[in-house]
Amino acid sequence: MPENCIYIARSSAIAARALAGEMMVMNSADSTFFTLNEVATAIFQAADGHTPLRDIVRDQVCEQFDVDPEQAQADAEQFVAELSSHGILLVSSQPLSSEAP
Amino acid sequence: MSLMSEVGQKAFNLGVPIAVHMDVTYRCNERCVHCYLDHDDHGEMTTAEIKGVLDQLAEAGVFFLTFSGGEVFLRRDFFEIVEHARRLMFNVKIKTNAVMIHEEEARRIRELGVDTIQISVYSHRPEVHDAITKLPHSFERTIKAIRFLREQGLRVTIANVLMTVNSSDHSGVQKLAAELGVQYTLDPTITPMMDGDTSVLSLRIPGEELPEIFHNPALVGSQEEFCAPPKPPSEEDLEGYSCSAGHSFCYISPYGDVFPCVQFPLPTGNIRQRKFLDIWNFSPEMKEVRSIQAKDLTVCSSCSHVTSCTRCPGLAYVEGSMRGPSTADCEKSFYRTGVPTENMLRQGLSKPRTISGTTAPLIQIRPIAVPA
Repeated sequence: MPENCIYIARSSAIAARALAGEMMVMNSADSTFFTLNEVATAIFQAADGHTPLRDIVRDQVCEQFDVDPEQAQADAEQFVAELSSHGILLVSSQPLSSEAP
Repeated sequence: MSLMSEVGQKAFNLGVPIAVHMDVTYRCNERCVHCYLDHDDHGEMTTAEIKGVLDQLAEAGVFFLTFSGGEVFLRRDFFEIVEHARRLMFNVKIKTNAVMIHEEEARRIRELGVDTIQISVYSHRPEVHDAITKLPHSFERTIKAIRFLREQGLRVTIANVLMTVNSSDHSGVQKLAAELGVQYTLDPTITPMMDGDTSVLSLRIPGEELPEIFHNPALVGSQEEFCAPPKPPSEEDLEGYSCSAGHSFCYISPYGDVFPCVQFPLPTGNIRQRKFLDIWNFSPEMKEVRSIQAKDLTVCSSCSHVTSCTRCPGLAYVEGSMRGPSTADCEKSFYRTGVPTENMLRQGLSKPRTISGTTAPLIQIRPIAVPA
């Protein structure tokens, strides 16, 4: 899948809340629990299903944090793949509708 | 320290209410003999009010949200409330007797992404369970509901409250939980009524029977660790706090009253009159609860059990002082370790003197023939 076609959305099965700048995320299906750092939290919060990951990295990561754009894109893809494997983020080459419980 | 513990400690240190227990109703279709609630409706919050409270809780940083009662499914809007909570991305746990859960309700619970359903089961013997709930066929209905929930792949925990009338049934319930593929948790705590009436305490398991429970590896895990004599407290220990009540946890009643904990009937404010965060941050009562360190405890600060005791400040408050001892926990500490507590020593007792075991057995279920 080319990186410029990736769309991400939060799964409806998860619970999430920010605590002192970090996002707590839990998947009720298997009780996996994560905390996300500031950069990961920015990506997670922008995962609306219709903004391409490339744009999220550009607007939410590169704009707000002092990072190399290529490195940021690579790290973001790795992060998305990991959360996707735990059912926390949904990934598609087409825009996704946000899942409502 | 696990990630979950780290997060809990962080919330505690920051004073963020990371977990809230909310009773949405006190009405119930069972009449459990040990229940501490008044089941009449004295003006429950409306659907809109509860949704408004949930909005405030999300803003305050609450992550773990437990809905309980009463029986939550007696509210016709309960699914609407859970749906709103899940839209706000709370981790939702439901406590219920499950008798109103059928296939359709189980499916809806799964769709809503509820984390866990905790269900009260008092005995593996239907006649004992039904005698405690005073609802005929409640055992059959509850177990059927657990099967529906499991068919949906949901996580279920059986909560087994132990009291005089079912004290020998814990192994049977544990076996039943294993057969159903659900978690099992045991609790020998019987709480006074919310109006202060202590008559239900006669149902507490007599202290003399506690060692059998505390020395049962199937219930407590490592007996060596669980029953170890207390270690002398360090200065750091004495700077510590009792529990999360008022620090990172609180309780909200169906009428909007906010308390430090479900077992701590100290009113700190009403959410119909003040914003939740205003009560949480500025209520003098909440601040007082939050200020109490182990060194401030009138008796327990000099007790050898001070660091390992399960002392409940709410039960202590009901006994007369939130800084005083909780006799039920003194009893547990003694029977768990064999080491007398400071509270006992000051009273010159060789064993705890408590309400449990000193009153007649539960009269309500006496007439029912219970097979051995």
